Amino acid sequence: MLKIDGLTARYGSIAALRNATLDVSSGEVVGLIGPNGAGKTTLLSAVAGLISPAEGRVTLEGDDITGHTPEKLLRSGVALVPEHRRIFADLTVEENLKIGGVTVAPAKRAELLDEMAERFEVLKEKWDVSAGYLSGGEAQQLAIARALMSAPRLLMMDEPSLGLAPVLVDLVFELIDTLRDQGRTLLVVEQNAARMLEVSDRAYVLRSGEVVASGTGAELSRRDDLFDTFVGSVVAPDDGQPVAGAPSPGGNGGGTA
Amino acid sequence: MTELAQNLIDGLGRGSIYALLALGVAVVFGVMHLLNFAHGELITVGGYVALWTLGAGWSWYIVTPLIVVSAVLTSLAIERVAFSRVRGSSDFTLLLTSFGVHFVISAIFLLYVSASVKPFDRPSWVTNTYSVGPLNIEVYDTVVIVVTVLTLIGTTLLLQRTMFGLSLRAAAADFDTARLMGVRSDTVIRGAFALSGLLAGIAGVFWLMRAGSISPSAGITPMLKGVLAALIGGLGSLRGAVIGGLVLGLAEVLLRSRLPDSVASLTEGVVFLLIALLFIFRPQGLVTVRHAERV
Repeated sequence: MLKIDGLTARYGSIAALRNATLDVSSGEVVGLIGPNGAGKTTLLSAVAGLISPAEGRVTLEGDDITGHTPEKLLRSGVALVPEHRRIFADLTVEENLKIGGVTVAPAKRAELLDEMAERFEVLKEKWDVSAGYLSGGEAQQLAIARALMSAPRLLMMDEPSLGLAPVLVDLVFELIDTLRDQGRTLLVVEQNAARMLEVSDRAYVLRSGEVVASGTGAELSRRDDLFDTFVGSVVAPDDGQPVAGAPSPGGNGGGTA
Repeated sequence: MTELAQNLIDGLGRGSIYALLALGVAVVFGVMHLLNFAHGELITVGGYVALWTLGAGWSWYIVTPLIVVSAVLTSLAIERVAFSRVRGSSDFTLLLTSFGVHFVISAIFLLYVSASVKPFDRPSWVTNTYSVGPLNIEVYDTVVIVVTVLTLIGTTLLLQRTMFGLSLRAAAADFDTARLMGVRSDTVIRGAFALSGLLAGIAGVFWLMRAGSISPSAGITPMLKGVLAALIGGLGSLRGAVIGGLVLGLAEVLLRSRLPDSVASLTEGVVFLLIALLFIFRPQGLVTVRHAERV
């Protein structure tokens, strides 16, 4: 569905992303993992039209969408849940959802609103509340529901678990799991590598602006050389031990670099 | 007591016009972070439309919608010719551009029409009054207040009930995210300028009816009042702009009536002093705006 070929993006003279090549098939959940500064958000921003790529090509089902503006990209069927959620605090939950569906016809928008109210019960309870009063977990659900309001073919998420309490992190990954079960196509940037690998069909590892590995969660989890990429994002905060399912040094190699 | 009530009505009438002007300034500021010092030129253009059409024998009933339409079209033209070219530039560049537009429009009328003040007929009812108990109320103030209330209700419905209004509010809160949602920046910015022109046009009708004359520099005072009222209310806040306009109008009328005759001519200066004091203690204005992203 989505093909990214040799994408390079620069901030001034610094190449934050170099020659990135990856693809996402229809109905697949693909993770994009790596440490801080690896270029994950830059990659999503370049695909989403928030920054202009210096080189490379992005196609969606064969159509070239390289450098499209965010408005145009959304109309092509690509929605982004931005980092830090960026919900409209002064607008109500309903208004936030409506603005998410600004590109769809009124009848379809009403249908999607009903669907979101049914799917996200917590949002339904706070339908007329200003979004600024939502908790972090509720706001993340709103950000995801708002993106779904455009009925996207591909949903991209940027650090959906960032800044959330552990119980809410569980909620976000359950939601990604649910979306996968519904056959949605997702490209998710996430620092919490272990959790992301659990819910991904495949993942790519970025380091210093380059794609250094790819494969299924199981394959990548066994890669010794990637441990330093994951460490820090999967260490439990209280006891300093790696959490269950985290890749560990000494495992078997796998995946494709 | 009667004098105070009389002043309040006068102040509300004056403040209503300021509120409409300030709302127009705030709408554009919300989506572009542009403090539009060319806003008064919409009234200048409307004034010359009034001069020419009234001079041709047309009645105020026909001239009124023409003034409003000319303000909307001028606002859209200014956006197209000037501001669309500096979108995304620094606040300072936008500010300088708005000053440039103001001077260019004034110069066009100065060079190609006349430098002098040109009078035109005011509607006969503007100076009429009617009594309610001890109060002597101007028909003009009543019409201004009623039309302003209706305009504000219409604007509120537009902003709250339509997808355009929702897009405008979302864009004013965070333009980049609004674009990510699919809000078209061209549509929302041009819509903001059209709405700003509409509000300036309605305010302009009343301003011109009272003034009864037009000159190339006629837009400066309404521009200053609109910008000041928007600042008093809290730049970027639509509710604040309306409150700011009413506060400014009431302050002017009340001060003028309360100050001793010997210093009554200093009313404007005292108003500016009070505004300066307000900004010392509350630099964000009366209403705090949570955030306003620029495009």
